[in-house]
Amino acid sequence: MLRSKVIFRFTYITTSIILNTCFLLFFLIVLSTKSTAREIVVKPGTQYSTIKKALEEAENGDIIRVLKSTYIVEDLTIDKSISLIGVDFPVLDGRHKSNILIVNAPKVTISGFIIRNSGFSNIKDKAGIRVEKADTIQILNNRLENTCFGIYLAKTSTGTIKGNTIIGTSTAIQSGNGIHLWYSHHINIINNKVSGQRDGIYFEFATYCEVSHNLCENNYRYGLHFMFSNNDNYTANIFRNNGSGVAVMYTKHIRMTGNTFDQNWGSSSYGLLLKDISKSHISNSTFSKNTSGIYMEGSNELMIINNNFFNNGLAVRMLANCEKDTFMLNNFRGNTFDFTTNGSENNNFLKGNYWDKYTGYDLNRDKIGDVPFRPVSLYSQIIERLPSAVFLLRSFMSELLDRAERALPSMSYVNLYDSEPSMQIIRP
Amino acid sequence: MIQISKLQKHYGRIHALRGIDLNFSPDQVTALVGPNASGKTTLIKCLLGMVIPDGGTILFDGKTIAGDVGYKNRIGYMPQIGRYPDNMNMGYLFGMMKDLGKGRVNGQFDEDLIEAFSLNAMFGKSMRSLSGGTRQKVSAALAFLFKPEVVILDEPTAGLDPMASEILKQKIQKEKEAGKLILITSHIMSEVEEIADSIAYIVEGEAKFYKKITEIKSETGEERLGKALFHLLR
Amino acid sequence: MNKIIKYVLHDIFRNRILLAYVILLLLSSLGLFMMNEDVTKGLSSLLTVLLIVIPLVSILFTTIYFFNSYEFIELLVAQPLKRSTILLGVYTGVGISLLTAFLLGIGLPVVIFDGTVTGWYFILSGSLLTLIFVSLAFLASVITRDKTRGIGISMMLWFYFTLVYDGILLMVMFAFSDYPLEKVTIFLSCLNPVDLARILVLLKMDISALMGYTGAVFNQFFGSLFGISLAVSVMLLWIAIPILIALRIFKTKNL
Repeated sequence: MLRSKVIFRFTYITTSIILNTCFLLFFLIVLSTKSTAREIVVKPGTQYSTIKKALEEAENGDIIRVLKSTYIVEDLTIDKSISLIGVDFPVLDGRHKSNILIVNAPKVTISGFIIRNSGFSNIKDKAGIRVEKADTIQILNNRLENTCFGIYLAKTSTGTIKGNTIIGTSTAIQSGNGIHLWYSHHINIINNKVSGQRDGIYFEFATYCEVSHNLCENNYRYGLHFMFSNNDNYTANIFRNNGSGVAVMYTKHIRMTGNTFDQNWGSSSYGLLLKDISKSHISNSTFSKNTSGIYMEGSNELMIINNNFFNNGLAVRMLANCEKDTFMLNNFRGNTFDFTTNGSENNNFLKGNYWDKYTGYDLNRDKIGDVPFRPVSLYSQIIERLPSAVFLLRSFMSELLDRAERALPSMSYVNLYDSEPSMQIIRP
Repeated sequence: MIQISKLQKHYGRIHALRGIDLNFSPDQVTALVGPNASGKTTLIKCLLGMVIPDGGTILFDGKTIAGDVGYKNRIGYMPQIGRYPDNMNMGYLFGMMKDLGKGRVNGQFDEDLIEAFSLNAMFGKSMRSLSGGTRQKVSAALAFLFKPEVVILDEPTAGLDPMASEILKQKIQKEKEAGKLILITSHIMSEVEEIADSIAYIVEGEAKFYKKITEIKSETGEERLGKALFHLLR
Repeated sequence: MNKIIKYVLHDIFRNRILLAYVILLLLSSLGLFMMNEDVTKGLSSLLTVLLIVIPLVSILFTTIYFFNSYEFIELLVAQPLKRSTILLGVYTGVGISLLTAFLLGIGLPVVIFDGTVTGWYFILSGSLLTLIFVSLAFLASVITRDKTRGIGISMMLWFYFTLVYDGILLMVMFAFSDYPLEKVTIFLSCLNPVDLARILVLLKMDISALMGYTGAVFNQFFGSLFGISLAVSVMLLWIAIPILIALRIFKTKNL
C-alpha cells in the first residue's frame, strides 16, 4: 500500500518536470522566432515605397505588409522565404509587360492582393504568380484579373492555393490557364474560382494533389484538364458551362467524388472526358445538361458509383475500347440517351442502377426489376451508323423501333445490360 | 327575269344538261315537268349556284350569276328532300336562318307558313326526330321566310298531308298574285294544272317546249293536262 | 362569316365527342405529369401524344364533322353566302374548337407543370399541328362525296405523315449514308409538318443530344431565330395550302 503510494508520487513528479520543460522550450522557441521576424510596411511616400525595396531589406521569415495602393510591378522576384501580405487589397499592376510575381524561394506566402494585367505572349507563358522550384508555398485570397496564366506552378511541391479568384478577360486565343501545375506534387487547391481562362485548372505531371470546392465556369476550353497526373483527389468541385467541359487523360489512381459537371454543351463538349484513365473512382457526382455526361475512351477498371445523370444528351458514351468498368447505383434520368457505344462486344459491368426509361416489372417486390435493362437502345445503334438519323429522334418511327427491341431483345446487337435495374431512384 | 341559254352540265360521263334555253318572267307559276332524271333538279341547282354549269349562261335580271351570290337574296328555295343539321332543334334552325338573312328583309319575315303549319308547337324538337312531312313543312316555310321575288320549289307537295298541301298551294297562289316568279317541279299533273300557268318540258337535259297550259290544251284539244301532254309528246 | 363560326361553335360545343377529347387529353397529360417524378420526362412522354394523337383526332374529327354537317353546308350554299365564306367559316369554327380542346387538355397542364420555354414550344407546335390537320381534313373531305372514302383518305394522310414518311426518310438516309445529309434532311423535314413540329420541340428538349450527333449544322439552322421563324412559317404554309386547295375545289363542287 505504502510502496504503491511512493511510486505514484515519483511518477507524478517526473511527469510534471517533463511537461514543464516542454512548455518552457516551446515558449522559448516561439519567443525567439517572434523576436527575429521583422515586419516591413510598404506604403507610397515612405521609406519603403515599393515592394522591391522592402524585399531587398527583408530576411528569411520576415513579413512584408503592403498597404492599399496601386503598385506597378514587373517580374518582381521573391527569392527569400517571406510572407507578402496585402492590406485592404492593394493592386499589383503588370501593365501588360511580363510576369507579375515570380517565386523562387521556399516557404513563401502571398495573400490579399489584386494582381492584374500580366503580359501576353505566345512563346513564353506569362503569369500573375509564377512559382518555380519552390516548396511550402501558400497563395491565399488573391484576386487575379486579366492575367495570361493566373497561378503557375512548375516543379513545386507542398503548397496551398486557396480562396483565390481568377478572372480572365482576354480572348480565347490569347488566354492561358487559371491554375497551372507542371511537375508538381502535394499541392492543395481549395475554394478557388476560375473563369474566362483557357483551362480553369490544368495539371501536367502533378501528383498527390487535393483539388476541392473550386468553381470553374465559363472557361474557353476545359474547366479542369489534366494528364499524366496520378494519385490526385478531386472533391466537391463545380465545373459549369466550360467550352468543352472537363478532360482527363493518361492517368491512373484518381478519385473524383462529389463533383458537379453542369451545362457543358456544344458539338464536342463533355461533362467529363476520360481518355486512357484507369483504376480510378468516380462517385457521388452530378452530371447534368451536358452534351455527353461522361465520354470514355480507352478507360479501364473504373468504378463509377452513386452518380446522378440528369438531362444530358448522352449520359454515358463508352467507346468499345473500354474494359472492366463498373457502373453501380447511378441514377439515369431525363437523358435523351442513357448509354451509347460504338461496338458490339462489351466487357463492362452494370448493376443496380436506376433508369427512368426502364419499363420492366417487379413481381416479387424486391425493388429490383425482374428483367434486365438494355440501356443502349436500338435507335441509338442506328444513329451510331447513321448520325443524320438523329433527326428522327422521338418520332413515331424511332419509338416503334425501340418498342420492337424491347419485345425482341435479340434485335439489339450490343451486349450490355443492367442485370438488376433498380425500380426506384437511388438516394445516397 | 331569269334567262337561261345553252346551259350545259356533265357529271362525269353523264350529260345532264344539253344546252337548255329558257326564260322565266315574274307574275306567273312555271312548272318544270319531265321524266325522272331528266335534269330538272340539276337545272334548279344551277339556278341556285349549288351546281356550277360547264357551259352556257344564266342571267338574273340581266346579270350573269356566275361568281355572284347577291342575287340569292331574291330567291327562296325549297329542296326536294330537306336535310338539316341533326343536332339542331327547329326553333334554333329558324332563329339561325333569320339571323343569317337578317339584312334581307329588315326583320320583316314572312311567317305565314310557320303559323299555318303550326310549326311553333314543334320548335323544341330536334331536326333528327322530325318526320319527312314535317321537314317538308320546314323547307317550305324557309323558302318563303325572306319574302323573295323568286321562289323555287322542288317537288313541293311530295310527302305533305292533304291539308298541308292545300295550305302550300294557297300560299303559292297568293304569292303569284303578289307578282312573284315561281318555279316548281312536279310529277303530279293535276297539281301542276291547279297551280301553274306554264309548263317547261324537259327531257334528257333538253327543253322540249315551254308553253302556257291553256295553249297546250287548245293545241291538243284535250281538257285534262295529263292527256294533253301525252298527245303532245307522242 | 362570324355568324357561321358562331353556329359551328355552338354545334361542336354541344357535341360530346369534343368533351371526351378534352378529357382524354387532360387524363393523359395529368397522368404523365403526375406519374413521373421528372417534369421533363412527363413532357417527353406527352410528346408522343402530341405527335400521334393530336393529328389523328384533329383529322378524323374534322372529316367526320364535315360530312355530318353536309346538310348544313348545303343549306348555307343556297343562301346568299359566298362558298369561300362558308368553308372558311366552318374551318375557323372547327379549328377554334379543336384548338380550345388542345389548349385545355394539354396546354394548360403543360403551363402549370412545366412552364419552361420547352413547354411553350410544345404548345406552339401542338397548336400548329392541330390547325394543319384540320386543314388537311378539309382537303380530304372536299375531294370526295363519300364519307367513308373521306375518312379513309384522312387516315391515310395521318399514317403517311406520322409514320410512312419517316420510314421512307430513314431508308433514304441509309441509301445515301455516304453523303453529308444534314442539309438535305433539314429540307426534307419541311415536307412533313409532324417532323417540323417535333423538331421545334426537340430544339429545346434534346438540343444536347442533337449537338452531339450532328454538330453545329442542325443547331445553327433551327436554333437560330431565322430557323425557328422559318419552321413556323413553313407550318403556317402547311395550314394555308391545303385549305386553299380545298377552297378551290369546293368553289366548283356540285352539291
